[in-house]
Amino acid sequence: MPDLLIELFSEEIPARMQARAADDLRKLVTDGLVEAGLTYAGAAAFATPRRLTLAIDGLTAESTIFREEKKGPPIDANPRALKGYLQGLGMEAPDKWYDEQIEALKAGEVISFGDSFVTTQELKGKRVLMAVLEYPPRKAADIIAEVLDATVRNFPWPKSMRWGTGALKWVRPLQSIICLLSDEAGAEVVPLTIDAITAGRSTRGHRFLSPDAFTVNGFDDYEAKLKRAHVILRADERAEVIWNDATQQAFASGLELVEDRGLLAEVAGLVEWPVVLLGRIDDAFLGLPPEVLQTSMKEHQKFFSVRNPKTGRIERFVTVANMATADHGATILAGNQKVLAARLSDAKFFWENDLRTVKADGLEGMGAGLANVTFHNKLGSQADRIARIAALAREIAPHVGADPDLAEQAAIVAKADLQSEMVGEFPELQGLMGRYYATAAGLNPAVAAACQDHYSPLGPSDAVPTAPVSVAVALADKIDTLTGFWAIDEKPTGSKDPFALRRAALGVIRLVLENGARINLRDIRVSAEMRIPDEFKSGETVPDDAGANYDSLLAFFHDRLKVYLKDQGIRHDIIDACIAMPNNDDLTLLVKRARALADVLATDDGENLIQGFKRANNILTQAEAKDGVEYSYGADLKFAEDGAEKALFAALDAADAKIAPAMKDEDFSTAMTAMAALRGPIDAFFTAVQVNDDRQVIRRNRLNLLSRIRKICLSVADLTKIEG
Amino acid sequence: MSDKPRSFQEIILRLQSYWAAKGCAILQPYDIEVGAGTFHPATTLRALGSKPWAAAYVQPSRRPTDGRYGENPNRLQHYYQYQVLIKPSPPDLQELYLGSLAAIGIDAHLHDIRFVEDDWESPTLGAWGLGWEVWCDGMEVSQFTYFQQVGGHDCRPVSGELTYGLERLAMYVLGVDHVMDMPFNDPDAPIALRYGDIFCQTEQEYARWNFDVADTDMLLQHFKDAEAECHRILSTPAHDPKKDMAIIMAHPAYDQCIKASHLFNLLDARGVISVTERQAYIGRVRALAKACADAFMQTEAAGASA
Repeated sequence: MPDLLIELFSEEIPARMQARAADDLRKLVTDGLVEAGLTYAGAAAFATPRRLTLAIDGLTAESTIFREEKKGPPIDANPRALKGYLQGLGMEAPDKWYDEQIEALKAGEVISFGDSFVTTQELKGKRVLMAVLEYPPRKAADIIAEVLDATVRNFPWPKSMRWGTGALKWVRPLQSIICLLSDEAGAEVVPLTIDAITAGRSTRGHRFLSPDAFTVNGFDDYEAKLKRAHVILRADERAEVIWNDATQQAFASGLELVEDRGLLAEVAGLVEWPVVLLGRIDDAFLGLPPEVLQTSMKEHQKFFSVRNPKTGRIERFVTVANMATADHGATILAGNQKVLAARLSDAKFFWENDLRTVKADGLEGMGAGLANVTFHNKLGSQADRIARIAALAREIAPHVGADPDLAEQAAIVAKADLQSEMVGEFPELQGLMGRYYATAAGLNPAVAAACQDHYSPLGPSDAVPTAPVSVAVALADKIDTLTGFWAIDEKPTGSKDPFALRRAALGVIRLVLENGARINLRDIRVSAEMRIPDEFKSGETVPDDAGANYDSLLAFFHDRLKVYLKDQGIRHDIIDACIAMPNNDDLTLLVKRARALADVLATDDGENLIQGFKRANNILTQAEAKDGVEYSYGADLKFAEDGAEKALFAALDAADAKIAPAMKDEDFSTAMTAMAALRGPIDAFFTAVQVNDDRQVIRRNRLNLLSRIRKICLSVADLTKIEG
Repeated sequence: MSDKPRSFQEIILRLQSYWAAKGCAILQPYDIEVGAGTFHPATTLRALGSKPWAAAYVQPSRRPTDGRYGENPNRLQHYYQYQVLIKPSPPDLQELYLGSLAAIGIDAHLHDIRFVEDDWESPTLGAWGLGWEVWCDGMEVSQFTYFQQVGGHDCRPVSGELTYGLERLAMYVLGVDHVMDMPFNDPDAPIALRYGDIFCQTEQEYARWNFDVADTDMLLQHFKDAEAECHRILSTPAHDPKKDMAIIMAHPAYDQCIKASHLFNLLDARGVISVTERQAYIGRVRALAKACADAFMQTEAAGASA
């Protein structure tokens, strides 16, 4: 069984694209080979900054015979269509020949060509042409050449380019290709040329340490020779080398490396031969907030931070070079330290300027310029928006246990750091710098915390703020955003969500639920909307008769809620059943219902109760439709005849006694459990009696009894929405 | 020449000799204010069309918003770029580039030279390309770009563009921490001049004018004039009645486009352009660049048959 080695050697591939590209290469080539009738035992793909490599082992030497049926037009179709079909099968002949063949087919004959043939067949009462095409086995090399050519030409790079005079596209100029098929007898290059690049068996090592070309005779040889040529083929091996060296060097200095998996993966994609160097941060910069040091080093320089475990301060850094030098990296490290010093001088300059501004003008003063920053041309400036958020935060505060004055104050200053020089340079530090500057301005710690936390949660896994002032501002911020974009008709559509409104809605949901906050979102929205000047509004506003009209922002919240709860194992129909209840804009209430309902439905009693309820409801609904009345007068025990019927009366009374107080306390679990206890009596009732009795009094009384079942069963959720 | 250059000008001279030896036409700076070497017609326009091209030049570049009164060790409102454009991009362009670093004293066996993803896009020129920023020991020393589109036209063939930030590169090679301290000519010359001797005062003068004094009404009017003249030039019929032949005035029109671009930068530095207006101005300059590129494509220099 032959093995296949493919290497696509190019100029430097962006680090962020390498892992995905290796995976795509493996998938595209193996899929192509299998589709063409080859099989293989295993395949592995690798990437370095300059190469994508694929190793396939246990490949079959040739494809199996491949048969394909191809249905044609009816035999009585236009002769041109028949001829076109025959030509499409690969028969090349003069016109006259086709006419003869068509006559022969009409006469029921079989026409053979090569290992394939065409005949006619009855299909749904029509005689149609049918070809059976047989492809002979093909050599693996031919298939590989075809598949690799197609793979290279159609490779799904996020961005690709042309170079020189060529038309081929690759992520950066493609320089050489190895395509080598090897077995016990030896290795042979698969003949293949893609846009002037002819596949061979040679490659190059490290750009500076081992620049000469060398040839290989298979994957093991390739990987071993690469290592001798200063290239570690496997990204995980490079990452491991980096991680081990870095932690050891830090440890040897009594320090610890700050873990950063994302950075590790990125750095492993920037080097073929990692050399770890531990560098110093000038003492002058150690007074900067650690996050500033870390961000500056990571974003601009791809440095790891090294922390002193005793003080928690970032004191040194690790840089990973792609080069081993005679001076053991001294020149490289000196250069990196110099670049870092220049960066950190900037950061220090910004930090000191910002602190000066805050001390002189306060945090509000720092944010004064936000009046000149447009938030959105239809929603006014950042300052306009902050004023809206502040008013809203004040209003939300009592619902989340926050002091209204503090919530308002926090909202007013929460975005002031957007005007700081530091955030201008490092936008990713927004919020965090606000906290530092709020603290420097002597503001209440709750306000400082809100400056940092009001952006949260940023994603499904981001932590949700719990401090009341932070929660109030975070909610106000997101609700203003959603209300605003709804008012100007900029809702998300399909995959387009340029203002991240889905994230904002999920943020509201998580803030409310995880803090157990009781807020009627519709009221808050009405209030938020009042603050948006009418001239901006072009989209949907809250309907006057909010209960009756479709409210698409609330529906948007409900959709997001379904996605959120589905991840927690709560079915969409359960949520629908609860959304159908009153006060469905109080998400905490809604989810309380949903959880109680989901718990009961997970039991046998719950599942059967639904069946019993649906049966009762169906009979009742039909009768009400037929009779044109609503059977809600209340059933009378004195007309009950059967024991099971009497027992149901008793059971409903008992359930009512438990459910009514439970509902008052919003104890939906107790209510649902009491409801589930009705399952037995309801089943027994339906087994024992016929509802539609000939005697109208009896019948009406039983329908009124069913009505009691319906009323009780609909008290927590609309069970008609439950599927199954 | 000793192994290590000793002055700013020596680094420039070595780059000039190196690229001359590699067959580039050594051009002189363009005589209109530009924000970067890319704006020189030898790059923007010559990257268009089918004709081969190889040129290298120093381009003084102005970025009014970067003015720091000569105080910042790295930032200047007037600085120099070294620019190389070769069309079609040769297969060994990376090697050629590394050779140029060796020529100015950067030994690849002692330093850590890396090609780090950086996609280049110029919204004002309607241009984009893929390539890298080149790092030397963690410092960005050059931009390396394969042009894919300029002025809205696909580049066929593709040009390879190299841009060196000369001050930063030279400071690194010469081991200088503040740009104003950098030797401009030979430090042992009878009259040794530092960068600051030549440019410190001008940085102050321009910073003041750029930020506080420039007459914004006049700048705005000049912007409108340049824009109007560009359109007027391009809408003039190609046929010249005096010479009785077609003369498309792509370059004079492009001059007006560059002027408009620089005037926009000046207005920006004066802080009179709001965030929303910004995009509109950039769009207006891009429209000019695109119209000039369209016109250039009709000319012989772009390979159009007369």
